Amino acid sequence: MDFDTILKQVNDIFIDILDNNDIKLTPATTAKDIEEWDSLNHIQLVVAIEKHFKLRFNSAEITRWKNVGDMCQAIKDRTGN
Amino acid sequence: MLSFNDIKKNLKKDASGYKKIKIAILSDSASQLLNIAIKGHGYTAGLNFEIYEADYNQVDLQIFDADSELYRFDPDFIFINRSTERLLKDFYKKGLGEQSNYAEQVAAITRNYYNTISSRLRSRIIINTFPEIDDSVFGNFAAKTASSFLFQLRKTNLLLMELGQDAKDLFICDLAALQSQLGYRFVFDPKMYLNADMVYSIDFLPYIAKNITDIISSINGSFKKCLILDLDNTTWGGIIGDDGMEGIQLGHLGTGKIYTDLQLWAKQLKQRGIILAVCSKNTDEIAREPFISHPDMELRIEDIAVFVANWETKVDNIRHIQSILNIGFDAMVFLDDNPFEREMVKSAIPGITVPDLPEDPSEYLIYLRGLNLFETASFTDEDIQRTKQYQEEAQRNILQQRFTDEHSFLQDLGMLADVKPFDKFTIPRVAQLTQRSNQFNLRTIRYSEEDITRIAASPDFYTLSLSLEDRFGHHGLIGIIVLKKEDEHTLFIDSWIMSCRVLKRGMEDFTLNTIMELAAAHHFKKVVGEYIPTKKNGIVKDHYAHLGFEPDGNNWVIDVAKYMERVSFITAKNKLWTSTRS
Repeated sequence: MDFDTILKQVNDIFIDILDNNDIKLTPATTAKDIEEWDSLNHIQLVVAIEKHFKLRFNSAEITRWKNVGDMCQAIKDRTGN
Repeated sequence: MLSFNDIKKNLKKDASGYKKIKIAILSDSASQLLNIAIKGHGYTAGLNFEIYEADYNQVDLQIFDADSELYRFDPDFIFINRSTERLLKDFYKKGLGEQSNYAEQVAAITRNYYNTISSRLRSRIIINTFPEIDDSVFGNFAAKTASSFLFQLRKTNLLLMELGQDAKDLFICDLAALQSQLGYRFVFDPKMYLNADMVYSIDFLPYIAKNITDIISSINGSFKKCLILDLDNTTWGGIIGDDGMEGIQLGHLGTGKIYTDLQLWAKQLKQRGIILAVCSKNTDEIAREPFISHPDMELRIEDIAVFVANWETKVDNIRHIQSILNIGFDAMVFLDDNPFEREMVKSAIPGITVPDLPEDPSEYLIYLRGLNLFETASFTDEDIQRTKQYQEEAQRNILQQRFTDEHSFLQDLGMLADVKPFDKFTIPRVAQLTQRSNQFNLRTIRYSEEDITRIAASPDFYTLSLSLEDRFGHHGLIGIIVLKKEDEHTLFIDSWIMSCRVLKRGMEDFTLNTIMELAAAHHFKKVVGEYIPTKKNGIVKDHYAHLGFEPDGNNWVIDVAKYMERVSFITAKNKLWTSTRS
């Protein structure tokens, strides 16, 4: 799966979990840019992404992501292409 | 099961029209998401949960400080949510000696929580059983080693269950049972535990929320009372009309085991007070035959309170069953293998529960068990008698059809009433009636057993329990009256509740005669009643007007001196109640 496809699907997950249709993610988007993206919602986002892409993140790596780009890259690395 | 995200979206919906219930959540792990799940699930059950969530790990502080937010919030329910993860850490800190009686310590702390809260609030308290964690310190040997964590954990759960036996306002959310259904890896997400100190996975939260909501709903009088069964391919395998008695699959024949197991389950439900009914498209005589003479049928004809087999629609037949049983559609569950019939019933009868049975019948029972359809807040001897009572009711209906004149019918019934103040034998049933009666209930005040015990012993109240029998059998305890002394002249009807089983028997007239006799014996001048409308008690809207009370503001009043005894065909068995207290 290519990076842009992943970003688009992650965007849909954000819209669903944060219940906000206006969200438009870019690789540079951080939690500061989206009001609903707090630590509680972050947990739900991670679980939803894991479920959607059928993968498991390493507990340590999810705390290292600085922005949406890091998140999508981690998904790309794990989906293996 | 709804997803957490779906439930969360309910928080944005307007629940202000729903019944408000205040819940305090005290948790020893991070509970923000649990809070969201419970509140959101309340909405799906038509309840408006107002939640106070204590700060992280403040269970002791909130309970033992009389000034805490908990006591200021004055909740209807308190959910004390304790995790096995924390229990395990606490256990490891103890020395070997203390580990050997760890379960007793946890039970003692829990009892102390209960007693402390009960001395200050009237709240119902919900605790949880501890889901199992096998720490694998002893391997399988843990099961026979008293100082192992697993041994103490299981014993703790058992002691908590025992505590629930005499602590009537204590309810238990059985997370251990839920986990055994779903598995530890489903319940617990190590990443959430690490990053947020949350001990429940996102996917498990809706299950806890549903169970908490089920407990609260049932305490509030909303629960299932009746299971209606389709026959062909639901109660047995095959089609009785085509396959005949020898051909239907039961017991060891074909897929018979599935249906036998389902019948055994239904029979257990009946034993605990769920009314069983049959609704089938069949010729009556053919449909009844297996219930009478098939050796492998677990359900027998006497287990079925209402048996309806004909070629009318299921919708009409379920309405007919409802009219005989006189319970709400929302108290009924309908089981049918046919998706078409299910949809028809679902769309025509709002409120009825129609589980979408899996396609494969071998999955029926495990699916049904997982739905927790039959939550209850009490269990009394009356529950066991229920099917018999409803069958007797059917016989009375047949008798009534023979009489054109209502009075001769009532006379012919030979009704006898047993009237007495609440006593220790009737208190559980009395409390249950206050909790479960929705229709013939003038003020819908819910009381726990402990409340009723207090009222029965108080000099400010008179109480009456009314049991009725007739020539067909006992109805059991079908009416309760709580009378409060407002002042030396005025008696206020705090609760007037009757079972809908005895409507149209003149029980209202008999009961009022009794109340007025009691009022006169204790020199009251007037009796005052009040009707508080709810969604379900419309049938008693004009109750006091019909009985000759005069409107007085929001209340209804009747003069003791001018009261004319009302015509009634019920004879009092005794007059014990007049001499009990003055």
